[in-house]
Amino acid sequence: MRFVFKTRYEQDLRLWRHNGDLIGYGIFLAALLALPIFAGVYYVGEANLWLIYSIAAMGLMIAVGFTGMASLGHSAFLGIGAYTHAYLLQNGVPFLVSLPLGGLLAGAIGVAVGLPTLRMHGIYLAIATLAVALITQEVMSKWSSVTGGFDGLPVAAPDFLSIQPEAMYQGEWFSVGGLHVGWVELWSPVSLYYICIAVLVLAALIARNLLRSPTGRAFVAIRDSEISAQSMGIHLAYYKTTAFGISAFVTGLAGGLFAHQISHLAPDAFNIFISIELLLICVVGGIGTIQGAVLGAAFLIMLRSFIPIMRDEVTAGAGGVEFLAGLVRFVNSPGLEAAIFGALLVLFIIFEPMGLYGRWLKVKTYFDLFPLYKKSTFARQKSYVKTERLR
Amino acid sequence: MTFFKADKLAIHFGGVKAVDGVDFEIEEGEIFTIIGPNGAGKTTIFNLISRIYEPTEGKLIFNDEDITNTAPHLIAGRGIARTFQNIELFEQATVLQNLLIGRHAHRSGTLLANIFFLPSTRRAELAHREEVEKVIEFLDLARYRDQRIANLPYGVRKVVELGRALCTEPKLLLLDEPSSGLNVEETSDMAFWIKDIRDLLGISVLMVEHDMSLVNRVSDRVLALNYGRVLTLGSPSEVQSNEEVIRAYLGG
Repeated sequence: MRFVFKTRYEQDLRLWRHNGDLIGYGIFLAALLALPIFAGVYYVGEANLWLIYSIAAMGLMIAVGFTGMASLGHSAFLGIGAYTHAYLLQNGVPFLVSLPLGGLLAGAIGVAVGLPTLRMHGIYLAIATLAVALITQEVMSKWSSVTGGFDGLPVAAPDFLSIQPEAMYQGEWFSVGGLHVGWVELWSPVSLYYICIAVLVLAALIARNLLRSPTGRAFVAIRDSEISAQSMGIHLAYYKTTAFGISAFVTGLAGGLFAHQISHLAPDAFNIFISIELLLICVVGGIGTIQGAVLGAAFLIMLRSFIPIMRDEVTAGAGGVEFLAGLVRFVNSPGLEAAIFGALLVLFIIFEPMGLYGRWLKVKTYFDLFPLYKKSTFARQKSYVKTERLR
Repeated sequence: MTFFKADKLAIHFGGVKAVDGVDFEIEEGEIFTIIGPNGAGKTTIFNLISRIYEPTEGKLIFNDEDITNTAPHLIAGRGIARTFQNIELFEQATVLQNLLIGRHAHRSGTLLANIFFLPSTRRAELAHREEVEKVIEFLDLARYRDQRIANLPYGVRKVVELGRALCTEPKLLLLDEPSSGLNVEETSDMAFWIKDIRDLLGISVLMVEHDMSLVNRVSDRVLALNYGRVLTLGSPSEVQSNEEVIRAYLGG
């Protein structure tokens, strides 16, 4: 059993709760840094996707988890970050400038979108932000002078941190039937991997710093009770817009990295499905927690590579069998992923509302309190009737 | 000087005159109670003072200033704090975090200082924490400090909400039914605290209350309302023996 003995107020302002936590995070970071030594390039690529989704979801978590604003528009912010970064990079802006600029533009558009839409709540807000996602995608496909339209936009490799410095500009178009279809990159996914880790740590720090300062507390207050937040002196419109802006900024940063990951941008890469995936990450990982974004993203990436494997297995195994033809048709039906993600979202909300991170906390508490653990510690209580919300 | 004054205060929801021309004045250092049957407009007056509702008519004066058009989030900074009838705490946060949100009106520093948690933010946080600890000590909440509100019993939540209001360092404290849902012992604790808040902290109190024993113990003056109009104003015993008040409560 662990008892954290507090003797100074500073202890509550630390980034970690006790030394055990610090060791845990240290081991996690060390394992992350060491991964490319042991894993092949394919797995590093998958890990990149995981880290990028973690960062994007951490951005969404600030809006959904901390402030309680459901958003289906974060695919747009991811896209804005990606296109801005790629466009600036193409025009000779250095990587370290263009990546934050992409995030800042996404954040500015987040604020602009937030000003009118954040008067809405719940499902209405989700629908308004959904419209933002669709409009942004439309702009991406129509504004061809900047975005390249449906032909897409190649993403230049950044000219530093590359494993082979002289190979930096050796990327080239490869074409099929006279059409440019791709950009071969010669910089290694490993360099992107380390950039992703740096940005992830930065995003986690931003989120954690917010939570231990008055701004983040105001976000949480708005999530739990707008009316009393207001009577405590919290300016609702200002803090909601700020939360949405920071959220879009972090997701925009992830967008810049995502551009390198997919190396060739097309409007289709930022469809509404990305928004739903990000929301799924937040719910599955554990709504309102920073760690949840990382756990949820790991879950999603594994699930995404697991589904095609299972599909192939089932098709191969049951392909010849007459009475299993229906099953084969089912696993090969389009939209199966979306259905599975949707079902998972519902199941997690009903059965594990605190998500994977909540489950981890429960396991930890079990061992902390052993043998005195009681199930009701985490039981959800019926909450008392709230004052009419005066919305 | 006028400490607090409601001048011909009125709000109409369509044809319903929830508050209809109410006048009263609170002196500094007073414990002022509003009583009245259900639907008399007591909580509506609170919502008018915290500017959640827009008055149809009338004026609110606080510290010689007209606060009738002040934005709702600026009321706490002016020195008016409130609690809610049905408890409006931030349930997924700990007691400590709830109390720290009470310090919001006194925060300083920019958004960027918060994002990077600059030394200035750290110093400000520690100073806020000292203030919060004073309230924790005053209300004897130390053992609940790190517990989430969702895990606390109703009686403790009521005290936490009182504490959160105290953390804003108000000059006028609005208490909406401080004893509702409390048992006899908790109610008498509440009575002591209300007196101490006035005597030790020098905060004037405006409260809505149904428990007449609590009203008798702490109030200096009582205002009786019915259907949004003032029935009578006076000492607790005067108001209780007033015929109109008895009729309003018992019918007839």
